[in-house]
Amino acid sequence: MTERKYSIKLISFISMITVFIVWTMVTHFGWVSPLFMPSPAAVWSAFVDVIQNGYKGNSLFSHIFDSLYRLAIAFILALVTAIPLGLVSGSIKWIRAIFEPFIEFYRPLPPLAYYTLLVLWLGIEDGSKIALLYLAAFAPLYIAAMSSVQKIPQDRIRVGYSLGASKWHLFSEIILPSTLPDLFTGIRTAIGFTYTTLVAAEMVAATTGLGWMVLDASKFLRSDYVIMGIFIMAILAMLLDLVVRSIEKKLVPWKGKE
Amino acid sequence: MVIAQVEYVVPDKEPIVEKPLIQLRDIELSYGSRKSAKTVLNHIDLDIQEGEFVCVLGPSGCGKTSLLKLIAGYEQQSAGQILIDEQPHRGPGPNIGVVFQHANLFPWLTVEKNISFGLKMKKTPKAERQKIAQHFMKIVNLKDAAPLLPHELSGGMKQRVAIARALAPNPQIILMDEPFGALDSITRQSLQQELRNIWQQTNKTIFFITHDVDEAITLASRIIILNDKPGRVMLDEKNPLISKLQHGIDCRELTGYQSLRQKLMRHLEK
Repeated sequence: MTERKYSIKLISFISMITVFIVWTMVTHFGWVSPLFMPSPAAVWSAFVDVIQNGYKGNSLFSHIFDSLYRLAIAFILALVTAIPLGLVSGSIKWIRAIFEPFIEFYRPLPPLAYYTLLVLWLGIEDGSKIALLYLAAFAPLYIAAMSSVQKIPQDRIRVGYSLGASKWHLFSEIILPSTLPDLFTGIRTAIGFTYTTLVAAEMVAATTGLGWMVLDASKFLRSDYVIMGIFIMAILAMLLDLVVRSIEKKLVPWKGKE
Repeated sequence: MVIAQVEYVVPDKEPIVEKPLIQLRDIELSYGSRKSAKTVLNHIDLDIQEGEFVCVLGPSGCGKTSLLKLIAGYEQQSAGQILIDEQPHRGPGPNIGVVFQHANLFPWLTVEKNISFGLKMKKTPKAERQKIAQHFMKIVNLKDAAPLLPHELSGGMKQRVAIARALAPNPQIILMDEPFGALDSITRQSLQQELRNIWQQTNKTIFFITHDVDEAITLASRIIILNDKPGRVMLDEKNPLISKLQHGIDCRELTGYQSLRQKLMRHLEK
């Protein structure tokens, strides 16, 4: 079993190395203009340059911080609103009926479609960006919370009553912990979706942020900076997911094993 | 003055005057609207005394589980009356413990916390909760499993926890819906033995559903057979072998087993 796990990881490693070698060769022999495809070395030196000198007046750290700040504020707001509302909607039909039409309406929309409106209403500062990210996070969290309540096995509720649980205890001691596995799945989906919206949020009138850095660099055809920025975003995303997953493992050790 | 001599006759056995703990009066249960209604249970009259171990046998779909759900308070009868301790049924509560076919444990709680859940709901002090949980873990042979989570247990262990969890709040009545149905035969036998011991030690009233005739003969003090379309009581008898079943004797070795089994099978096949 473990041997197979290692060999699977080895295959992934080899495939990554192969792509890296092809990338190096393509750029080394000049098969593609460095304007479109910079060499790994150029991307690396762009990274070193940004670390040392920052990008357009701000350090790399502050770009990352600004992006994560917007992300964090929006996400925390979404957590504390979407999850309670989703849990209540999952338990009480008429409350669900109030909110669901609006969520179903905006959920499939491309975020950029309503971003323009948000900018009109909230201005070009952080407000509209955070609102956009908030909306991106809200729908998946709300839906995850709602369906997690509806998925609780009826017998679990019944046994709760048979053990003498009051309505309140039923909620706090049975319903809430029962929803945790699905809530974490929802949180991971929501972080992913919010993160993809980040670049869009930083497209309008931003002067900081990772998304803005990549877009700005692309205007000057600095694909080395673009690729470097993409790498940083990817690594950050993986780190975020890693953090959430380790929290999940701590809090929901029974997930997938019921 | 002559004082009349009053003679007291001491009966060798006290006459049974206690009222049944569970009374079902002309119970009917049907699902669906009036025209397409499907009657699941019809004219069920049952009195269950305190301390009885009632096994309900019946083909699948005969309404055994529906009957259990009514007594548990999970569902409402369409007609008739259910009295628990002479009071109208007030819905599920800590006086009626339930064990399901699947263990139905709380996956986020350790074995010990699962068992003491009902006590926590009763606001039993923590120290006492622990003591009672320890006691029941000993009874169901799970002493070393206290800190484990349900997903770390085998099927038999899970079912042991479920039984202990139902017993811990000290209910008068325990309802069991084919609790050993999903277990292998060796585990099932040892759990049957444990359940018998628990019943003898605690004198709980147990209402136990099974489709296994031997299980009913092994456990029951009284056997009831339900038949389907719509469910009604076909047979209701004391288990004649109950007194001979002490100390882990296999019911199949007893005289009278064959004839009892044949009789039950006959009623099941009708």
